[in-house]
Amino acid sequence: MKTLIVSIKIFLLFTVITGIIYPLLVTVIAQNLFPSKANGSLIFKGNKVIGSRLIGQKFDTTIYFSSRPSAISYNPMPSGGSNYGLTNVRLINLVNERKNKFIAFNQPDSLITIPSEMLFASGSGLDPHISPEAALLQVERITNARHFDDNQKKRVLQSIEYLTEKPQLSILGEVRINVLILNLELDKLSDKSRVNK
Amino acid sequence: MKAQDLVEVVLFFVLLIGLTPILGNYISKVFIGNKHFMLPVFGWLEKLIYRFIKVYPDEETNWVSYTINLLVFNLIGFGFLFLIQLLQKYLPMNPVNLSNVSWHSAFNSSVSFVTNTNWQGYAGETTLSYFVQMIGLTVQNFLSAATGIAVLLALMRGLIRKNTDKIGNFWSDITKSTLYVLLPLSILFAIVLVGQGVIQNFKAYETVQTLQGAQQVIPMGPAASQVAIKQLGTNGGGFFNSNSSHPFENPTPFSNFLEMLAILLIPAALTFTYGKMVGSSRHGWTVFTVMLILLIVGLSISLTAEYSANPIFGHLPLMEGKETRFGITNSILWSTVTSAASNGSVNAMHDSLSPISGMIALLNIMLGEIIFGGVGSGLYGMVIFIILTVFIAGLMVGRTPEYLGKKIEAFEVQMAIIAILSTSFAILLFTAWASVSKAGLSCLNNSGPHGFTEILYAFSSAAGNNGSSFAGLNANTFFYNLTLGFGMLIGRFGYIIPVLAIAGKMAGKKITPLSAGTFRTDNWLFICLLIGVILIVGGLIFFPALSIGPVIENLLMKSGMTF
Repeated sequence: MKTLIVSIKIFLLFTVITGIIYPLLVTVIAQNLFPSKANGSLIFKGNKVIGSRLIGQKFDTTIYFSSRPSAISYNPMPSGGSNYGLTNVRLINLVNERKNKFIAFNQPDSLITIPSEMLFASGSGLDPHISPEAALLQVERITNARHFDDNQKKRVLQSIEYLTEKPQLSILGEVRINVLILNLELDKLSDKSRVNK
Repeated sequence: MKAQDLVEVVLFFVLLIGLTPILGNYISKVFIGNKHFMLPVFGWLEKLIYRFIKVYPDEETNWVSYTINLLVFNLIGFGFLFLIQLLQKYLPMNPVNLSNVSWHSAFNSSVSFVTNTNWQGYAGETTLSYFVQMIGLTVQNFLSAATGIAVLLALMRGLIRKNTDKIGNFWSDITKSTLYVLLPLSILFAIVLVGQGVIQNFKAYETVQTLQGAQQVIPMGPAASQVAIKQLGTNGGGFFNSNSSHPFENPTPFSNFLEMLAILLIPAALTFTYGKMVGSSRHGWTVFTVMLILLIVGLSISLTAEYSANPIFGHLPLMEGKETRFGITNSILWSTVTSAASNGSVNAMHDSLSPISGMIALLNIMLGEIIFGGVGSGLYGMVIFIILTVFIAGLMVGRTPEYLGKKIEAFEVQMAIIAILSTSFAILLFTAWASVSKAGLSCLNNSGPHGFTEILYAFSSAAGNNGSSFAGLNANTFFYNLTLGFGMLIGRFGYIIPVLAIAGKMAGKKITPLSAGTFRTDNWLFICLLIGVILIVGGLIFFPALSIGPVIENLLMKSGMTF
């Protein structure tokens, strides 16, 4: 009986310490030190939220850089991957389909290998990045669709170079580029040209 | 694999080896009772807890009382977590109005978090309120890890004491583990994680209109505080469904590196603590070396497999289920580390790994979660294998086996075998049952040998208290919630009770001084023997099951066969 009472008491104490005080303490510190990050790194246009820089969005139209395939179509409720094994025929069909679609869509040089992240879906289904190679392969298609002149095309290429994220501390992780941020740059370029005209 | 990847892997192991004595030394100070720098910070709170529960920390118990205290305490934790899931709808901090959880899912999740498994049949962002995540799950993340450390401490005391039946005070052990080890590290780590972009708030989910004009609901919540302890406490249960591949749980390569390091940090440090407390730092490092060798061998095989070309995809890098920011090396390093350490969080989908890489993760779990293993549980599991090794070596040379000056007799060996077999039986029998029943087979996401591996992985993960999964298996069903739940209970308490029995029995024995004839447990011969016993006793039992799962899948894949 004593064990039971002690158990309940100590359990309640630890619930308060680790379940209430600890998360609240972290929240208070986090909200003061990193308010934007603690709240999801949201991107605002005016005072409207248009997304999070960490959460990928679905892009499949001609005027935007395409994001990676996603098993959940970039709907985060809930996140997840395809969970297909390598011998699963559904995965093989999907990869072939995506390959053909990418070629038909972007008309790349026939000798080029398509970066594999554009053929395989991510684990979270919300991967915000692609490789800079995958972005470069799409430039032609986008500048055509947006009727960009050579100067604007140069600006697009510059944006890709500028927005490319190197491995962190030079050794951690992969070279990558955030698709949503890149596409926001594209829209800015279009807006500017409209004003100039 | 690029040179940069290799540098990262080497840096990872250098940091792990470097941090082990630092943290290990600190933990030994905490439990020996010496002065340490956290004492002024939380010492008052520790005293307050003892006063509130009316327990004197120096009042020690025998192993039976220690076990009863542990079991009752875990039962209370289970009951509370079970109830708040069933009543979620009526509880506060539920901004998206999630409804109550089904009883079998609540049973499974409660067992899962109490046993340090953190298997998740549910999806966090669409199932559980902030209240349940925080006051239910985060708490168990701490307490199940503290329970593991407590069992290890009791075992250590049993080994170093003589002629007594007292093995410690359970309440004091979990209090110290939580206040001085888990909590300070978690606070620090959680804040660093937010600095990288992990979210920490209590806002309602954000509905946004994307650039292309679609609607996207962005989940929110107190994630960082839970992610920190789920990594440090070898828990592994994600705040979100896709765990540490979710950008809100693991936004950058740097957060990824730290989260991987956090998985092994405490289990590795405890080997140093162990060496120090049993009076032989060399023995502590010997155990560390065995774990490190097994980890690196597994990692090398897994990396080689994942980077190999195959007839189905040619030389295409295998990015299915992986994130661009992490790439292949980080995904494989994580999968090896998380399965070795009984953590079970993932940053890439194990279901989509190449067959041999998936098998290494599976084998790490099957070996008993002793390659660093869970917090506390990894090392007490390893001690079980050490006892077997000493016993087998003793048989070979015809001497009474001794470990740290204590005779190993029939009782200890029986207990060791019960501990190892209970987990193995749970894995194999449940897998066999699921493989021939409709309830088991109807939930598969892949067919052929890969489908079988999904089942085998699920029960290994449950009974090994790992928690990672081949997540294609839809395990949130009546059948799997219950069978996996019982698998977790057997794997956890079928191990803890024999270990505590050994601790109690050992405490009563006298210590014979070292002599020239003592079988040494701190040299290379012992390292080789121990690895041999782990592979033969722990691994061989699973050879048939692995053959019809990942091994055959690999062979068929090499011949271009698909399902």
